[in-house]
Amino acid sequence: MTNKTDPSGDVRLTGIAKTYGSFTAVHPLDLTVPQGSFFALLGASGCGKTTTLRMIAGLEEPSAGTVFLGDQDVTALPPYKRPVNTVFQSYALFPHLDIFENVAFGLRRRGWKSVKKQVEEMLELVQLGEQARKKPHQLSGGQQQRVAVARALINHPKVLLLDEPLGALDLKLRRQMQLELKRIQTEVGITFVHVTHDQEEAMTMADTVAVMNAGRVEQLGAPTELYENPRTTFVANFLGTSNFIEAEVDSKSGEEIVLKAGGGKLVLPEARCSAPAGTGGKVLVGVRPEKISLTHADDAGEIPEGRNRITGRIADSSFIGVSTQYVVDSPVCSDFEVYAQNIDRDPRLVPGAEVVLHWNPAHTFGLDAAQDADAGVEEAA
Amino acid sequence: MPTLTEAPPPLAPGAPESKPPKRRGRFTPYWLLLPGILWLVVFFALPMIYQASTSVQTGSLEQGYKVTWHFATYWDALSAYWPQFVRSVLYAGTATILCLLLGYPLAYLIAFRAGRWKNLIMILVIAPFFTSFLIRTLAWKTILADGGPVVGAFNTLHVLDVTNWLGMTAGDRVLATPLAVVCGLTYNFLPFMILPLYTSLERIDGRLHEAAGDLYARPWTTFRKVTFPLSMPGVVSGTLLTFIPAAGDYVNADLLGSTDTRMVGNVIQTQFLRVLDYPTAAALSFILMAAILLMVTLYIRRSGTEDLV
Repeated sequence: MTNKTDPSGDVRLTGIAKTYGSFTAVHPLDLTVPQGSFFALLGASGCGKTTTLRMIAGLEEPSAGTVFLGDQDVTALPPYKRPVNTVFQSYALFPHLDIFENVAFGLRRRGWKSVKKQVEEMLELVQLGEQARKKPHQLSGGQQQRVAVARALINHPKVLLLDEPLGALDLKLRRQMQLELKRIQTEVGITFVHVTHDQEEAMTMADTVAVMNAGRVEQLGAPTELYENPRTTFVANFLGTSNFIEAEVDSKSGEEIVLKAGGGKLVLPEARCSAPAGTGGKVLVGVRPEKISLTHADDAGEIPEGRNRITGRIADSSFIGVSTQYVVDSPVCSDFEVYAQNIDRDPRLVPGAEVVLHWNPAHTFGLDAAQDADAGVEEAA
Repeated sequence: MPTLTEAPPPLAPGAPESKPPKRRGRFTPYWLLLPGILWLVVFFALPMIYQASTSVQTGSLEQGYKVTWHFATYWDALSAYWPQFVRSVLYAGTATILCLLLGYPLAYLIAFRAGRWKNLIMILVIAPFFTSFLIRTLAWKTILADGGPVVGAFNTLHVLDVTNWLGMTAGDRVLATPLAVVCGLTYNFLPFMILPLYTSLERIDGRLHEAAGDLYARPWTTFRKVTFPLSMPGVVSGTLLTFIPAAGDYVNADLLGSTDTRMVGNVIQTQFLRVLDYPTAAALSFILMAAILLMVTLYIRRSGTEDLV
């Protein structure tokens, strides 16, 4: 296991940018990935995440900026001189070499004479010991994927780069490989930089996620932080679903901001508001669908004090087993989504019913109202 | 949902009608093969049998030829013309190697580096085919002529000293030397080398180059360990498409060579058309065919390309 405080496995990008003609794939970007972490670059296709990864690998030359691995400036180094290895999308295994030789490739290039022991150990790690003498096309997708990981990991790179490594696998296998990769990462302690468009994958595997959009990092943080407290509508919509209410700042009291929306008042913790919130200013108030409780209008009196509440009428409901998803038509937001756990189902909650939606103010987040509330909705779909 | 049970099984009503076309369909492949098979029988199998019978006949043009199973013709032909056989293999082999050395970089360039010039370069490779083979070869006669630019340049650069020493040229001449014949063969068969090479190089996934670079292979090592092995099918088919016709060629030796550079093709041509010794000509053809088949089989075995996907 590598020492976690050793900075030689840090990836540091300073002002890195990539332009193709007049198109900017990556805007100047500063990013530090600490040694030993599992870091995910998350975004829709064309957001610049793969380009960023390829600049770390040396497969793409940055138009500006510097790439550091630890303290070493590797910007000018060709890929074969960088202590990083890549697991390619669709794996790029050498079709003319068997599994053993594919895995041994990197060691042989660095002049190792006897590679047998290392290769066999590595094939054991990815549970492919039996397949050593097969050709890549004789293996299944999941096995090829593991060969690709083994081929990269055997070189003990400072950083392992993964370019959508699970994209070609079916859902079940993907779940399995996510856990597998996470296990391997914990075991070898190497820095992993993982590129993906699958938000669930990023959240399951990574310690830190950077959400990219149009060549910029929108937000960077731990998965829970990104999910619970998104700072842009893009992040809020790309990671899961969010409801937005346009509200006006009414007053501030202590740590809380009180907002006016429709006829009612909403409370938002100031720490969870990323927008400038001067009195009278507009703020987009967001809340996740699973944080909301639904109560029939007749029982409105039973709702505890101190909860944010809005009224509406159920427009649609769909039962999906673990939960029921409601779409509520409310004066402040025309299609409010609510996910209710199927614990105690109120039979009156059917389309057409008048309801009160209420939630703990601590689950509210506030965003700058100057942005498109639907940003990232399509990319996430 | 009760309606589901009423949905007809999708194949049931069509089944009885689809049976007759199915039976007809069974023979369709053979019908499709028929034109090709007929062509092969009429223009390949029958001439082969005819030639085989000719090669074991004896007689003369005046008295007519009869099949006498005179296999000695083969031995006589081989002992009389073995130098031409050796020369054919040498010239064709040299031309093939030159084609590979010239063609590989060009095919590589077209496949990986040419960008938007790709189509233009491909057209330039194929363009010579718009002119007759004979005219192009005759043009080389002018290019290599005594006192021409090539001879002058070779003299100044002392290339002729080297080729003289190698026995490829004699004195101050290029025309009517082995060098001229090899040059002609190389020139004429170069596209047959480039096209299959290009096709197999083009099929290589560019990410494999990136993967090799990522795994510490320098560009040259990437070429040796990844690109070249993966292009082997192209190398094999290119060398075969060059070597086989070059070994049987007689036009280049005829137009650019001299009596000292005669190849088997020239001997066969003379025997058939001038000496009118049909059995010897037929026997020579069969020996050439057998020799090429043997070499090609050994070559394909050695290169092990069956294995490549």
